[in-house]
Amino acid sequence: MRNILKRAVDAFEDRTGLISFFGYLMRHPVPGDTGWWYVFGSAVLVAFMIQVVTGIALATRYVASSGSAYQVLQFITYHAVLGNFLRGMHFFGASAMILLVGVHMIQVFLMGCYKYPREFNWISGVMLLFVTIAMGFSGQLLRWDQTAVWATVLAAEMLGRTPFIGKYLARFLLGGKTLGGATLSRFFAFHVFFLPAAIFMFVGLHLYLVIHDGISAMPVPGQKVNPETYRAEYEKLLEEHGVPFWPDAAWRDVVVAFGVVVTIAALAYFVGPPHLGEPPNPSVLANDPSPDWYMLWYYAVLALLPRGMESVFMVAAPMAAIVFLLLVPVLWNKGERHPSRRPWAVAAVIMIVLSLTAFWIEGSRAPWSPKFDAQPLSAAQVGTTSPPIVAGALLFHDNGCEFCHTVDGHGGMRGPDLTDVAHRLSVDDLRIRIANGGGNMPSFAGILTHDDLDNLVAFLESRETLPAAPAQAASAHP
Amino acid sequence: MASETQKPIPREVLSPERRRFLGRISLVLSAICAVIVGIPVVGFIFGPLIAPEQDVWRAVGAVGNFKAGETVSVSFLDPSPMEWAGVSALTAAWLRRLDSGGFVAFSVNCAHLGCPVRWLPKADLFMCPCHGGVYYADGSVAAGPPPRGLFKYPVRVRNGQVEILASAVPIE
Repeated sequence: MRNILKRAVDAFEDRTGLISFFGYLMRHPVPGDTGWWYVFGSAVLVAFMIQVVTGIALATRYVASSGSAYQVLQFITYHAVLGNFLRGMHFFGASAMILLVGVHMIQVFLMGCYKYPREFNWISGVMLLFVTIAMGFSGQLLRWDQTAVWATVLAAEMLGRTPFIGKYLARFLLGGKTLGGATLSRFFAFHVFFLPAAIFMFVGLHLYLVIHDGISAMPVPGQKVNPETYRAEYEKLLEEHGVPFWPDAAWRDVVVAFGVVVTIAALAYFVGPPHLGEPPNPSVLANDPSPDWYMLWYYAVLALLPRGMESVFMVAAPMAAIVFLLLVPVLWNKGERHPSRRPWAVAAVIMIVLSLTAFWIEGSRAPWSPKFDAQPLSAAQVGTTSPPIVAGALLFHDNGCEFCHTVDGHGGMRGPDLTDVAHRLSVDDLRIRIANGGGNMPSFAGILTHDDLDNLVAFLESRETLPAAPAQAASAHP
Repeated sequence: MASETQKPIPREVLSPERRRFLGRISLVLSAICAVIVGIPVVGFIFGPLIAPEQDVWRAVGAVGNFKAGETVSVSFLDPSPMEWAGVSALTAAWLRRLDSGGFVAFSVNCAHLGCPVRWLPKADLFMCPCHGGVYYADGSVAAGPPPRGLFKYPVRVRNGQVEILASAVPIE
């Protein structure tokens, strides 16, 4: 029996050469000192494999029809066996992939692994970063609920800002002049064919280059990359300190892969997939679309840009980011690799991470969004029965002031807190500000009557003289 | 002995010119194949860019249903609904009946990034939930990031029905 098996294996190897080929790949020498630093690339690959497997499974039930997809997703989520769990794995797999791509990129950049001779590995990695983000965005649209519909419109509007060809790009995205029957099947084709094909292509190139150029050794302060001598030095290092990839280095990748799979599965089980919103009806306008977590920072950037800058920023900034990232290994492909000798590189990473985090926090708070669900202040919160003040409190809500301004902890955050506005502005100043507007505030001169204005000002003036509303009443409208 | 009975394998020796020619003709034939397959594929995918789509008048209600000075949302089919589009073929506008009796229809898409603006009847303002764009009742920008006012659809009255010219998502 053993002989038969051996002969079969030998025959297979004789015809294909795959055993020796993969044997070489698994045993190829790698630097022996990389420790746990170089596990992030394989972790991204594992997350991608989860996406492929769970995505194929979901595709067996999904119907890429604008009229049916929402009902199909309801079925997958609430009725299909393990559908909810699978959707959760696909969502958290995407989140893990985007997060780990970022971590992998930061590690590669800080350790100078993109320098000679691995420039093309960095470039293929940059392409993978953007294709991964595109995968995430197109995946969010496949949920095909209200948020997906309005996110599609938002993407079309952004593409529409591109000079000269903007309208054509937007129309290409929508599959026509309007969102409708042609839109979803387009996103589906992008999400399951075009973009994965691009990922497979770039991952293939990425892995081929890993084998071709080898995994870079840990950076050493003072040990500079010199293209003239690097390959000879690397060969010498492998001869003296190299270890076979399997299992000496790969075991750490497997441990991390295990952690990634378990974490994604646990999140899918305990947290579950993103909630499905209302049906994809573009004529329903009571909607507050926001992107998935990884794009919240960009949502914030678009809100905080100085007026008039959006068109430039939406088009030029992504282009500039792509070009800059692609140029990184061209501009700095030699010299020091160790982060302690590259303070500007460290500073750049810290600045980018802090900026993204700050924008992300702002995006999750979205203080610029009107608080449409703000309720009229209760009698306890108004704190008086004085008719002008009570009328002013109602005007404060009905005219939308409360959607943007906070009083005693109630209301929106777009405009300044008006609890103590009487300290800052006189009665006349208040009247002028309300009537004229300014900055991000509309003019109410043509909206409020003279009496309305008096009452509103009376209400705002009264805030500094009245005690704060009781805690119980205050908590009634968080 | 065996070698005496074996015939030599004929080998075609090509001149450098012929090799160059065959190499080039192979590339040309490959390119033609790519064009034959590629043109219909690219044409099909990019078809929506050149496909003619007419704007269409859609009735949104009888004139008497709309009160002077009021702004209400009306929904209607987009100009090119596909049978399988379901509710996603619907679109909407904010329709205002002017005190003079005429009508004006605003796009529901914020001029900033296309989010659906809401009408606040008591404040006489449109507000956008995404980035806080605000518009006056006439659609002009009141505050926030929108670079221009709300897009307006042509409106007409035919046979007692208010009709809006359903057209493309307003993108500039």
